[in-house]
Amino acid sequence: MQFSENWLRTFVSPALDSEALGHLLTMAGLEVEEADPLAPPFSSVVVARIVETDKHPNADKLKVCKVDAGQGEPLQIVCGAPNAAAGMLVPCALVGAVLPGGFAIKAAKLRGVESFGMLCSARELGLSEDHGGLLALPEGLEVGQDVRAALGLDDIRFTIKLTPNRADCLSLAGVAREVAALTDAPLALPAIEAVAPAIDARRAIVLDAPEACPRYCGRVLRGVDARAATPEWMKQRLQASGVRAISALVDVTNYVMMELGQPLHAFDNTKLQGAIHVRHPRAGETVRLLNEQTVTPAADTLLIADEACALALAGVMGGEESGITLDTTEVFLESAFFAPAAIAGRARAFGFSSDASHRFERGVDFELARTAIERATRLILDLCGGEAGPVEDAVSPQHLPARPGVRLRPARARRVLGVDLDDDTIAALLARVHLPVRRVDGDFLVTPPSFRFDIEIEEDLIEEVARLYGYDNIPAVPPRGDLCMLERSESSRNAWDVRHLLAGRDYQEVVNFSFVDAAWERDFCANPDPIRLANPIASQMNVMRSSLIPGLAANVLVNRNRQQDRVRVFEIGRCFERKADGEPVAGFHQPLRVAALATGSAVREQWGTPARQVDFYDVKGDLEALFAPGELSFESLSHPALHPGRAATVLFQGRRVGILGELHPVWVQRYDLGSAPVAFEVDLDAVLHAALPAYREISRQPAVIRDLALVVAQEVSAARVVEVLRTAAPAIVREIGLFDVYQGKGIEPEKKSLAFRVLMQDTQRTLEDAEVEQAVEALVRQAETTLGARLRG
Amino acid sequence: MDKLDQLVQQAAAEFAAAADGAQLEQAKARYLGKSGSLTELLKGLGKLDPEARRAAGAEINRAKEAVEAALEARRTALREAALLAQLAAEALDVTLPGRGNTTGGLHPTSRTLERVEALFRSIGFVVADGPEIETDWHNFTALNTPENHPARSMHDTFYLEGQDDVLLRTHTSPVQVRAMLAHVARYAGQESMPDIRVIAPGRVYRVDSDATHSPMFHQVEGLWVGENVSFADLKGVIADFLRKFFESDDLQVRFRPSFFPFTEPSAEIDVAFMSGPLEGRWLEIAGCGSVHPNVLRFGGIDPERYTGFAFGMGPDRLTMLRYGVNDLRLFFEGDLRFLSQFR
Repeated sequence: MQFSENWLRTFVSPALDSEALGHLLTMAGLEVEEADPLAPPFSSVVVARIVETDKHPNADKLKVCKVDAGQGEPLQIVCGAPNAAAGMLVPCALVGAVLPGGFAIKAAKLRGVESFGMLCSARELGLSEDHGGLLALPEGLEVGQDVRAALGLDDIRFTIKLTPNRADCLSLAGVAREVAALTDAPLALPAIEAVAPAIDARRAIVLDAPEACPRYCGRVLRGVDARAATPEWMKQRLQASGVRAISALVDVTNYVMMELGQPLHAFDNTKLQGAIHVRHPRAGETVRLLNEQTVTPAADTLLIADEACALALAGVMGGEESGITLDTTEVFLESAFFAPAAIAGRARAFGFSSDASHRFERGVDFELARTAIERATRLILDLCGGEAGPVEDAVSPQHLPARPGVRLRPARARRVLGVDLDDDTIAALLARVHLPVRRVDGDFLVTPPSFRFDIEIEEDLIEEVARLYGYDNIPAVPPRGDLCMLERSESSRNAWDVRHLLAGRDYQEVVNFSFVDAAWERDFCANPDPIRLANPIASQMNVMRSSLIPGLAANVLVNRNRQQDRVRVFEIGRCFERKADGEPVAGFHQPLRVAALATGSAVREQWGTPARQVDFYDVKGDLEALFAPGELSFESLSHPALHPGRAATVLFQGRRVGILGELHPVWVQRYDLGSAPVAFEVDLDAVLHAALPAYREISRQPAVIRDLALVVAQEVSAARVVEVLRTAAPAIVREIGLFDVYQGKGIEPEKKSLAFRVLMQDTQRTLEDAEVEQAVEALVRQAETTLGARLRG
Repeated sequence: MDKLDQLVQQAAAEFAAAADGAQLEQAKARYLGKSGSLTELLKGLGKLDPEARRAAGAEINRAKEAVEAALEARRTALREAALLAQLAAEALDVTLPGRGNTTGGLHPTSRTLERVEALFRSIGFVVADGPEIETDWHNFTALNTPENHPARSMHDTFYLEGQDDVLLRTHTSPVQVRAMLAHVARYAGQESMPDIRVIAPGRVYRVDSDATHSPMFHQVEGLWVGENVSFADLKGVIADFLRKFFESDDLQVRFRPSFFPFTEPSAEIDVAFMSGPLEGRWLEIAGCGSVHPNVLRFGGIDPERYTGFAFGMGPDRLTMLRYGVNDLRLFFEGDLRFLSQFR
């Protein structure tokens, strides 16, 4: 909410400067976001009337003006503004004036003609960016008066960010009440007297939904001049409070809402038929609103209607047909209390918010309607003339908000806050904000006033105690608790270990959005039915990702566009898939995964190392390091994102935990990803598994090593050969490790040679040559019979 | 015996003149070889009578030892010279860059979260986790924010197509509810339960996007529930954390009344630095408060017996303040020129 400081100070004026006042409000929970002076500093600028203008003898675009600035003699001032004309009321900077930016006005000669001052545009006074001509001042201002005083510019527009619980501060009177409570400065709210009816014009009011609208005050005013001018003081207060002045009737309703907090609505009385009904809509009923939107309100929306049709959305917005215009002469004024639950969310359902709905859904003082309609009547009669009928005050007392006493146990307040406040102090703090305390058996019983809608339970009162005592005055104590050590399992790692490990292998962590382009899901994940957002922020961020890899691929593109061809990135994040029995949210599987991608040179460009592009086995090595000392196995995989011959399923402890592969050349080309990026993606849970080290006795016996080169068909995988060898290996074979792969000269084109190092050892005795030879022979024979392998000569 | 002394001097001179091992060996042969001068002298001893032979023998042997010593000294000198020459030839340009793999790095927000976790672990907080597609009940209702509550408009929520009971969580606060329910279940049937002390870092989502708002960003939630956990404890923990996190003992921390449906009393936390580019300005850094009794009840906890506090911070914002970054969007663009500055 915005408000004028000067206006506030007509109600309460503590001995605090503007800055201190702002701090007071902020520290009381009424956060001051802005405190803007209406005008920058300037001096000696007065209201002046241009008496006559003459052409400048030496310049086409300049005029020589005679100006009455209230100085006795008229001043001669040279002026270049196109709109300068005799009779105009304008701001005049006198000789000696200092304008914004420190610009000092001196007597001067302009093209040979003397000039004693300067006539100003709005921009020259720092009031707006308008520099099209002189600022035309409204008639009625006194010539010679200081412009700052005349326009009320020595004022500050406060913008406060009110939390939803403090609806009572959505008015000048409300803020004033708060300031008075916080400072003990006297509060002087305007005295409002009832306006006696002069005519007997009435309109009946029927509360068809009294639980939603328990009070509705209405009044007819006749003979009103809607074209009457709004007085300057009212315009200035409204504008300084961020409300645009529109016309007298609208301005009055806004003024009373800003002053007291009661939203009002003015109907053109001649457009109403019969009694006013406050009711819920009939099936299919529509309302055409002031903002030219036609809506079909839901059944739980409250309407204002007459006997012919629906007129307005109660507490939200008036209707187009029944609203006042400049031709209106009869007004039906509405001042009502709508229950917050009957208004909450209704405006939002239509995609807008209004000052009225903002207030009603948070709670408007239910004893204010009558006072506010009297205040508005008085102002309308004063401004626009006319005569008022009696107030129809329809009320359903049993439906007005109940205000049961709220119990506060002072001991509970002390315990929750951790401050030793005695009972009397607590009672005195509450009394300051109109929360008088009645003591019952040592507890306090507090009845909140009609303007507070946020005092329902004990904690609400404890919060008030804390706020008024001052959060700053509550000590910040080091907490005490039972000292128990935290669990730190050795058989699991945490995600930080994984991050550091990948960073140590030259990958940079990224954080990509969880929502992605549906095309990525289709191309990289073969996911035709991804989880869609109902309200995406952009069409290319409209579905939830089911893989981290497309995001990493997009990172490649971003960096290639910035001349970075070597990209090594990883992310740990959630992926989203549909799953009927998903945990913990049914319908969704949301695993955390870790994925990495590398493209460009295998190592950063450096001297003395031949340049080489990163390949499948480089990234596979990184993936294996991530799980080490755990061992992974791999199976060929067909995956839409990956090169069909260079993709693998990753298995850990016999379980599929992820994928590894080179991105499919089709996508590499389509998405301009440079040289064949290689990526992996695995479940974070699997990576976090860490086996406890298992000790095995070290053999004191010498080991025997034999190398074995086997020629097999191209398509036989290395893993398959090892698997076959293992089936034939006697107990003395401790390790079978691949150390070379050879194709080329000496090997048939469709074959390859795999060289294994076989380590044999017994823990108890030295091996004999014969058993070593026997073991090797068994391995070779097994490879021959099962795989058609032959020993390479 | 001047002749012998002369011979020794002559040998020493010839050894010194030898430029390399081969010349030295040749010189050696001239004195100690089969027909070397000293060898010849020793051979001639047999012609002398025993008395004279002993005396002359001793003299010759002394000379021989002196020659051998001179020889060995020269050998050593030549070896050392050769080594020095070799080492000089092997000299490298020590200013050439080292070879091998470089390292990557963590995301700047990860750096912050790792420190946040470590600091809170040091006073007994454990890390809790929750889903990002969350139920409306956990995200709002159980946090005392029923349908139509004005506080719901404080969050612009992403919903999923065709489903109005699930959403992308707008804050990490639903983890509070999950943590409480899990804790209560774990200690069900027991006389009392230990304190809940958890922090929950994670990603959250709101329909918002500009230089200081991202539709996805990070939060870290904290929750401490126990039999006597007060607002004063909250102030103590937060002030301690912020000073340790920013490594600044004179950091100003203030608590200002605010409103969240799930805490009461509620506060916004502002900090002000005493030096640096942000000196003296109050910066909003977190929201917090005593856990609302309704939230405790939704978590299965009796608010009469237990009280607690909760807080929610923006680790992206903490990171921006710590490193002086002014555009949040950089965090999610994957630009290596930005990210690699945080190694």
